[in-house]
Amino acid sequence: MGKYGEDSKLIYDLKDQGGELLSLRYDLTVPFARYLAMNKLTNIKRYHIAKVYRRDNPAMTRGRYREFYQCDFDIAGNFDPMIPDAECLKIMCEILSSLQIGDFLVKVNDRRILDGMFAICGVSDSKFRTICSSVDKLDKVSWEEVKNEMVGEKGLAPEVADRIGDYVQQHGGVSLVEQLLQDPKLSQNKQALEGLGDLKLLFEYLTLFGIDDKISFDLSLARGLDYYTGVIYEAVLLQTPAQAGEEPLGVGSVAAGGRYDGLVGMFDPKGRKVPCVGLSIGVERIFSIVEQRLEALEEKVRTTETQVLVASAQKKLLEERLKLVSELWDAGIKAELLYKKNPKLLNQLQYCEEAGIPLVAIIGEQELKDGVIKLRSVTSREEVDVRREDLVEEIKRRTGQPLCIC
Amino acid sequence: MAERAALEELVKLQGERVRGLKQQKASAELIEEEVAKLLKLKAQLGPDESKQKFVLKTPKGTRDYSPRQMAVREKVFDVIIRCFKRHGAEVIDTPVFELKETLMGKYGEDSKLIYDLKDQGGELLSLRYDLTVPFARYLAMNKLTNIKRYHIAKVYRRDNPAMTRGRYREFYQCDFDIAGNFDPMIPDAECLKIMCEILSSLQIGDFLVKVNDRRILDGMFAICGVSDSKFRTICSSVDKLDKVSWEEVKNEMAVLLQTPAQAGEEPLGVGSVAAGGRYDGLVGMFDPKGRKVPCVGLSIGVERIFSIVEQRLEALEEKVRTTETQVLVASAQKKLLEERLKLVSELWDAGIKAELLYKKNPKLLNQLQYCEEAGIPLVAIIGEQELKDGVIKLRSVTSREEVREVAEDLKSGQNRDFNFYYGTTPFSYKAQEA
Repeated sequence: MGKYGEDSKLIYDLKDQGGELLSLRYDLTVPFARYLAMNKLTNIKRYHIAKVYRRDNPAMTRGRYREFYQCDFDIAGNFDPMIPDAECLKIMCEILSSLQIGDFLVKVNDRRILDGMFAICGVSDSKFRTICSSVDKLDKVSWEEVKNEMVGEKGLAPEVADRIGDYVQQHGGVSLVEQLLQDPKLSQNKQALEGLGDLKLLFEYLTLFGIDDKISFDLSLARGLDYYTGVIYEAVLLQTPAQAGEEPLGVGSVAAGGRYDGLVGMFDPKGRKVPCVGLSIGVERIFSIVEQRLEALEEKVRTTETQVLVASAQKKLLEERLKLVSELWDAGIKAELLYKKNPKLLNQLQYCEEAGIPLVAIIGEQELKDGVIKLRSVTSREEVDVRREDLVEEIKRRTGQPLCIC
Repeated sequence: MAERAALEELVKLQGERVRGLKQQKASAELIEEEVAKLLKLKAQLGPDESKQKFVLKTPKGTRDYSPRQMAVREKVFDVIIRCFKRHGAEVIDTPVFELKETLMGKYGEDSKLIYDLKDQGGELLSLRYDLTVPFARYLAMNKLTNIKRYHIAKVYRRDNPAMTRGRYREFYQCDFDIAGNFDPMIPDAECLKIMCEILSSLQIGDFLVKVNDRRILDGMFAICGVSDSKFRTICSSVDKLDKVSWEEVKNEMAVLLQTPAQAGEEPLGVGSVAAGGRYDGLVGMFDPKGRKVPCVGLSIGVERIFSIVEQRLEALEEKVRTTETQVLVASAQKKLLEERLKLVSELWDAGIKAELLYKKNPKLLNQLQYCEEAGIPLVAIIGEQELKDGVIKLRSVTSREEVREVAEDLKSGQNRDFNFYYGTTPFSYKAQEA
C-alpha cells in the first residue's frame, strides 16, 4: 500500500478469510526493498525473475497480461559514484545483444536534470509529474502535439512550453552533457549540475566498457519517475529503416531502470537509506519478438532435449528396449522409448522426426545375437552397427556430450 | 493536510479534557459523554498512513529465499530437471490463479484451505492448490490426448503451517506426469524409475518406495467387511493417503530411511519425500464430453528436500557459494579504476564471470578478503609495474600462488564455452548431422 500511486487500483487483493490481509505483488522492487529493510542488509547485488500481478485491461495482442514475468537486477549499497550504474547499463547491453533481437538504443537521462530543467523553465512543482508524462511522449509523437497537450490540456504557459521544447528535443552523447554543463541557465541549477556531473562520469565508464555507441543522452526520457532519484534509462529496439538514411524509430521499450535511493528508507523503521540502482528486462515483449522471429524463419523449436529414441525392429523386444533405455539413463543420456509393447519401426522413426530427436538406437533380433545395436541418424538415415558396450560412448561423442556423467 | 492537522489538534484537546475530568473525578455520565466525543473524533481521523508502523514480515506461512537458500534450491531443481529432461519430458507453465469454479469440488475437505481472491468486479479467482488440477484443465482445454510434462511451481494452501517441519502456505511442487492411452504399466514404471533416479542423485540418504494399488485396497477392505462409507476413514487410519480424493488413485510413496542405530534394526521411515500414482478419471471431470485421458505421475516434496540438504550442509560446515564468479579484477595501487573497468569488460565480453569492487581506490587486502568471503577462486591484479610490462598477476585465492600471465592471453586462458542462449542443446531444430 502507498507505493504505487495511481496504479494502486491495479493491485490484486486476496479475500479477507479471517487472517492477515494480503495482496499479490505488483512488481519485484517493493518486495526487494522490504527484504533489504527486514534483513537490515546494507549491500547486495541480486537478480530476481518471477511473475507479478496487475489488474490491467490487458491488450493481449500487444503482449500485455495481468500475470507476467519481471526480470530484475539491482545493486544496493553505498559505493563510489556511477560504477554500479555503469555496470547496470553494461548488463542491459550484453543481454540485448545476446538475445539477437535486432539493433537497440539505450536512452539515458537523470531525474535531477529533469527537475532542474523544469524549474528553470518555470514549471511549478505541482505540474511536474503531468508535464513529465507529456514530454515522455516525444518518442512517439511530434513536438507540436506534445506542446499542444501541455498548453491546451495541462494549462502550461506557452512560453514555458517553448523553453522546455528547446531542451527536451535534444539528444546526443557526452558532448551534449558537456554542452549543457555550459548552458547559462541550467548550470545555475544545483540539481541539474549534479545530474550532469554524474552523467559525465557515467559516460566515461561506459566508454571503458565499450558501449558508449549504444547510449544516447535523451532529455525527453521522463517516464516511470515515481521512485527514481538519479540516473534513469530505457532500452528501445530500433526498426530497420525503410529507406536508407531514415532515422531509426523506436518500437517500444524492452528494458528500463534507474537509481532509486529513497525506497528502502520508506521501509526501514529508522528510515535508514540504502541507495539502489537497477534494471528490469521486459521479457514478455522479448518472448513475443523471439516467437515471431522463429515463425518468420520457419524454424522448428524443440520442446524436449531427447538425444536418442530406443526402438525395436521386430515384435517382442520390449524387455530389451527397457533394459537398454535404462542403461542409457543411468549413463546420463537423454533417451526415450515408445510406451507400446510392439511398436512399428516406422511409427518410432516418425516420432523422432516430429520431436526432432537426432538419433535412434534400433534393437533387432539378429543384432542382439551379434551383440550390436544399430545407431541411425534420423535426418540423414545413415546407419551403423555399434557394439553394445560402445554404445554409450558413441552416442555421447555424436551429441557432443562430455564423457563423464553430468 | 490542514484539516488533518486541525483534527489531530482537536483529538489532543479532547483527550486532555477527558483526562482532566477523570482527575477531577467528575461524574461517570459526563466522562462517558466526553469519551464518546473523543472516539468520534479519532474515527474521523482514520488510519495515518505516513505514521503507520511497518510490520516488516512476510505473510504467515511464507518465507523469502535468501541467496544461500536459493543456491540450495537451484542445485536441487537442477538435479530434478535434468532427470525430467533425460526422460524426454516437456515443460509447461500455468497461471498462479485459476477460475474459482475450476478448483471447486476437486479437493473434498481440503477445499477450505484454498486461497480466494477478493471479488473486485471481474471473474472469481482462486490461487492454485496443486499442479494436478491445472494440468487436467490444460489437457481438457487443449484437447490433448497425450503428453509427458513436468511443472515446477509454487502452490498455495491456507494450512496451519508448522514451520519447523518444513510446511508452508506457499511452497514448491515438482510434478511429472504422463498422460495418454498406452500399453499397461510402462509409463507407470518410468515414473518410479524417475523417482529413484532423482532421490539417488540428490544424495540425501537411503530411501524406499512403498507401492500399493487402490484396487487392492478396495478389494482387501471389501473381503474384510469394511463398508464403502467407512472406506476413507479406514484408509487414513491405515496410512495417510494424500491423494485419496481421486477415485482411482493407486498410491506410491517414497520414504526416506534413517540409518539404523544398531546393525540389524529395521530402517525407519522419516517422512515422505515424493509421492504419486495413476489417476485416470480427472481429465474427464473437465472435458465437456467427459472424455477420459489416463494419467500417471509423481510429485517430489522439494520443500522437505531443501530442509534436508540445508541441514546436511550445515552439519558438514560446507560453505555454499551464492555466486559463480570466477575471477575478481583487482588493483594493487591507487588510480587504476580505468584499467580495472577495461579489463573486467574484456572478461565479460569473453564470457568470463568476473567482478570488481565498486570503489575507485580499494585496498588490495579488502579485495582479497572479498574473494575469500564469496568463494571467488581467482583474482586478476593490475599493478603499475605490471601494466608497463604488459602483464596481469593472476593469483589463486586459496593457495595464494601467483601466476604471471601476459595480458592478451588472460582471456583465452580462462575462456569457457559461452553457450548462454542455447544452453546445452540447440534452441532451434535444424536438419543436422548426428
